Amino acid sequence: MNYYGIRAIYRFEMARMGRTLMQSVASPVISTCLYFVVFGSAIGSRMGDIDNISYGAYIIPGLVMLSLLMQSISNASFGIYMPKFSGTIYEVLSAPVSYVEVVIGYVGAAATKSVILGLIILATARLFVDYDVLHPFWMFSFLVLTSVTFSLFGFIIGIWADGFEKLQIVPMMIVTPLVFLGGTFYSIDMLPEVWQTISLFNPVVYLISGFRWAFYGVADVHVGISAGMTLMFLTACMVTIWWIFRTGYRLRS
Amino acid sequence: MQPDISVKHLNKVYADGFQALKDINLDITRGEIFALLGPNGAGKTTLISIICGIVNKSSGEVKAAGHDIVKEYRKARETIGLVPQELNTDSFETVWNAVSFSRGLFGKPANPAHIEKVLKDLSLWDKRNNRIMALSGGMKRRVMIAKALSHEPRILFLDEPTAGVDVELRRDMWEMVRKLREDGVTIILTTHYIEEAEEMADRIGVIRQGEIILVEDKDRLMSKLGKKELRLQLQQPLSKVPGELVLEPVELSDDGYELIYTFDSQQEQAGVARLLRTLGDIGIEYRDLRTRESSLEEIFVGLVHE
Ligand SMILES: Nc1ncnc2c1ncn2[C@@H]1O[C@H](COP(=O)(O)OP(=O)(O)OP(=O)(O)O)[C@@H](O)[C@H]1O
Ligand SMILES: [Mg+2]
Repeated sequence: MNYYGIRAIYRFEMARMGRTLMQSVASPVISTCLYFVVFGSAIGSRMGDIDNISYGAYIIPGLVMLSLLMQSISNASFGIYMPKFSGTIYEVLSAPVSYVEVVIGYVGAAATKSVILGLIILATARLFVDYDVLHPFWMFSFLVLTSVTFSLFGFIIGIWADGFEKLQIVPMMIVTPLVFLGGTFYSIDMLPEVWQTISLFNPVVYLISGFRWAFYGVADVHVGISAGMTLMFLTACMVTIWWIFRTGYRLRS
Repeated sequence: MQPDISVKHLNKVYADGFQALKDINLDITRGEIFALLGPNGAGKTTLISIICGIVNKSSGEVKAAGHDIVKEYRKARETIGLVPQELNTDSFETVWNAVSFSRGLFGKPANPAHIEKVLKDLSLWDKRNNRIMALSGGMKRRVMIAKALSHEPRILFLDEPTAGVDVELRRDMWEMVRKLREDGVTIILTTHYIEEAEEMADRIGVIRQGEIILVEDKDRLMSKLGKKELRLQLQQPLSKVPGELVLEPVELSDDGYELIYTFDSQQEQAGVARLLRTLGDIGIEYRDLRTRESSLEEIFVGLVHE
């Protein structure tokens, strides 16, 4: 293992994120605050409890997931896209690092930042609503697992993208709708039957449901299924990355 | 002795079907300075990129410091430093961080003393805390060299190191390359400035349309292919080449004051002596004479246009 290599990439990425602290921490925190003000306080006060949980508290896991997904994807995709775009990728390609080490460096840094951000958002939420975490260990595990999985996904997008639009399009056009329709703001039990079935094809439903279970012990689908689906997606991402490096797809001509 | 770089039957076909390298065979000896010359698009960068692991080869075998670049890529790459042709740098990093990053990436523990030495050698020490985007183009190129030297490679690739670099910096770079060679570093450089190859290289390879068409010691190349010219400044102008000399490769300058004799440097003695004797015999006096060797540039142009 080239530990110095992993550390160099990891530190480089963390330093890059440190430089963009404003965008990377402030903007998700601000948007989460807005959600709490609008949905939690203003509208939430007129909403009944869901599963005996106040509406403000009910949306917290989903909102954290929303930021976690968006930030993991954008950090990791940007992290690998930028060197590709500026040409500095030559150095990583010519270095004695294996692709596993490259991925650990880039994805590890992106996931670290997402986890930190998730915790910051949770702390911020505390200012608006009182909530408990029933299973802190599982809550943290879901936080980490989701950050890693979607950082891997972002890494793939960063390699696939050959322009800035493509870099934005997946988070905007796919992830946002999936999160909004994934039960952030409602329990899927509240949907008509057809839409409940359709929702089960939305992977984000499982993430949010599992995460919410860790908070409140209630879930739309069984937590085991949530964890299983997340691990499946994680595996799919890892297989894709293995293929990318084996073939040199968009990295080595 | 085992060559530092060994390339055997290397082919490269890009995804679009273009064959950029055709059956390249090349050995580079430890400690030499090897200049790779060739017109635009000849395949110089492609060859270097394959050896360094940036481009996948299509077929053939490449070894660096005795290690296969695919099977033992870690060992092979550890030995190599690369200064690419394009100026690609992380604009937002400081010089110090960028160079330290490279060292770590290549698996070496931090060594501030070495980084300091490299930066001082490249006159970047004063700029170590500057962001790279705040540097001039020539300084950026030196940062790229510093990055390549950060992990103490024993093989250094310089892909057009002096493109767009001023004369003074170019001299500095030549100086640096010589120093590196004294330390035992093998250096492979590509260049479009023939005088650069002439000035620095021990051996020269010429590549054209993906094929190595010549590899030769520089000195031998110069003498083998080089033409010499003897120019005689005459006391009295002539209107035409004297009859006694019409069979010789002699020309008269436009103003008639100069006789120009071209000869192969290998047969020089015989020809020059004969010419001078003949001139004496027919009573043509000259004030001055000088000889000039044709430059590598002329040799090169001749080769590439063959
Ligand atoms: N990624 C690629 N896909 C397809 N063809 C390529 C690719 N990269 C280079 N080529 C082609 O391969 C040939 C060799 O290119 P290369 O960059 O190796 O030339 P070079 O000798 O370094 O030229 P220069 O002196 O201009 O730097 C060129 O015809 C180029 O168009
Ligand atoms: Mg080139």
